[in-house]
Amino acid sequence: MNVEIKVLEILEQNPKLSAQEIAVMLGEDKKKIEEIIKKLEQDKVIVKYHTIVNWERTEKEVVEAIVEVKVTPQRGFGYDAIAKRIYKFPEVKAVYLLSGDYDLHVVVEGKSMKDIAQFVGSKLAPLEYVLSTATHFIMKKYKDAGVILEDGERDDREVITP
Amino acid sequence: MNNLEKYISKSIQSVPPSGIRKFFDIVSEMKDALSLGVGEPDFVTPWNIREMGIYSIEEGHTHYTSNFGLLELRKEISRYLKDRFDLDYPNYRDQILVTVGASEAIDIALRSIVNPGDEVLIPEPCFVSYKPCVIFAGGVPVEIETKPENDFKLRAEDILPRISSRTKAIILSYPNNPTGAIMTKDDLKEIVDVLKDKDIIVISDEIYAELTYEGSHVSIANFPEMKEKTIVINGFSKAFAMTGWRLGFVAANEVFIKAMAKVHQYIIMSAPTFSQYAAIEALKNGLSEVEKMREEYNRRRRYMVSRFNKMGLECFEPKGAFYVFPSIKSTGLPSEEFAERLLYEQKVAVVPGTAFGRSGEGFIRCSYAYSIETIKQALDRIEKFVMNIKSQGVSRQIRENNMVVEK
Repeated sequence: MNVEIKVLEILEQNPKLSAQEIAVMLGEDKKKIEEIIKKLEQDKVIVKYHTIVNWERTEKEVVEAIVEVKVTPQRGFGYDAIAKRIYKFPEVKAVYLLSGDYDLHVVVEGKSMKDIAQFVGSKLAPLEYVLSTATHFIMKKYKDAGVILEDGERDDREVITP
Repeated sequence: MNNLEKYISKSIQSVPPSGIRKFFDIVSEMKDALSLGVGEPDFVTPWNIREMGIYSIEEGHTHYTSNFGLLELRKEISRYLKDRFDLDYPNYRDQILVTVGASEAIDIALRSIVNPGDEVLIPEPCFVSYKPCVIFAGGVPVEIETKPENDFKLRAEDILPRISSRTKAIILSYPNNPTGAIMTKDDLKEIVDVLKDKDIIVISDEIYAELTYEGSHVSIANFPEMKEKTIVINGFSKAFAMTGWRLGFVAANEVFIKAMAKVHQYIIMSAPTFSQYAAIEALKNGLSEVEKMREEYNRRRRYMVSRFNKMGLECFEPKGAFYVFPSIKSTGLPSEEFAERLLYEQKVAVVPGTAFGRSGEGFIRCSYAYSIETIKQALDRIEKFVMNIKSQGVSRQIRENNMVVEK
């Protein structure tokens, strides 16, 4: 496996590690790792350093919903133009084009259910080329971006065997 | 002595209880303590393997298996040993025995070859169970000290003076717990030259074979002249993160397997059935997960070694298992005192090297079967502790010097 991939794997797990630490972990030169990270950032391979927050553990009220959107693809643009219209809204956290029953899978975030209902009703559904929407509120998140959000597995290993 | 203790057999009495457990009981009650003490993977068994264990129970596979283990599992083990380590045990019906962990394998290997008074050579520092198991089998453990200047490898010149007319066996354990040392083909060649013409059986504990970071694992059984005299022990605990499943195996000549099977079948009957089904899945589809875990351990290993060296605790580079074994001699503290003070002053638990035999004095064992965050935090604390100890040492020296001047 090439070093770039290894650096990405480490950073995906823990973006707080320094280039120096990653260099030691991979048995590489610090300068080389710094250059690799810089290049990955420039090439937009590393798009952003993200933190996964379990908002349920905080006082902040956040509501999320998944909106299934059926659309009519546009001549010359396919689904891209309508997807672009949708992802520009700040309420929209993610947009995926899917195969299957509906076309666009849109993740929407708001302060309350009312907030989201309003956004879907007044902004998303009336968009030209949108045929229909079906909104599913997220009740609870168990796992997000590969991370289990609940109280995970406690380290119950005994200290020495036997 | 309590009245009832007189009934306990002499061999059991002669083995001291593990003092480490008491030490670590303190850790579990201490708030915010960080431990680098455990000797098992921090990864949970890969899901496909766990799933197969569950499925086998759902299917009603809840009975004994053959004493030797499921035939399909033995076949897979035979294939695995050939593919991964070039070890040839094609007659898997008679050459492979499935055990309750490598621990049972060590016990029954010793019990099936050792006569009362036979000596068993054990390179030190070593896994804590070897010596008691030799004693339980009626044998006499004979320690062979391995040295940090040889990267804790076993040398022919270390073995020769320890061989006597009563030497029956030698236990090799590479990659090694606690040092992380491995033996290359050349290293082993030297040992083979000593052992090949002698009536000494090799018990080769290769439980950490998959966790070899440089080069590939070599077994002494890879040498044709040693194959017949070697009992190879391995298992699923370390490689597949399956410690709780209690599943290991022995590969050896039919004669040894037959003898070991006698002990095994009368004491154990057979290894847990659902674990055996899970193990088949591990061997068939689990190696990519092993590769991922090894890669992750390797990163932590490099990080840990570099941090210890930087803080002045000289640390040779372990090439296998998941432990580093830094020297703490520069602090002037003996191992146990170092570990105890580290625990009370900085709340970090490590295992004193002496837990693994006298030659572990001056060292501590730190496991990197922990997340990088835990390792980082624990090492920060150890660094602080070491700095404190060293500055205390310096100020004591200054005080002593001043006193000399005053006189």
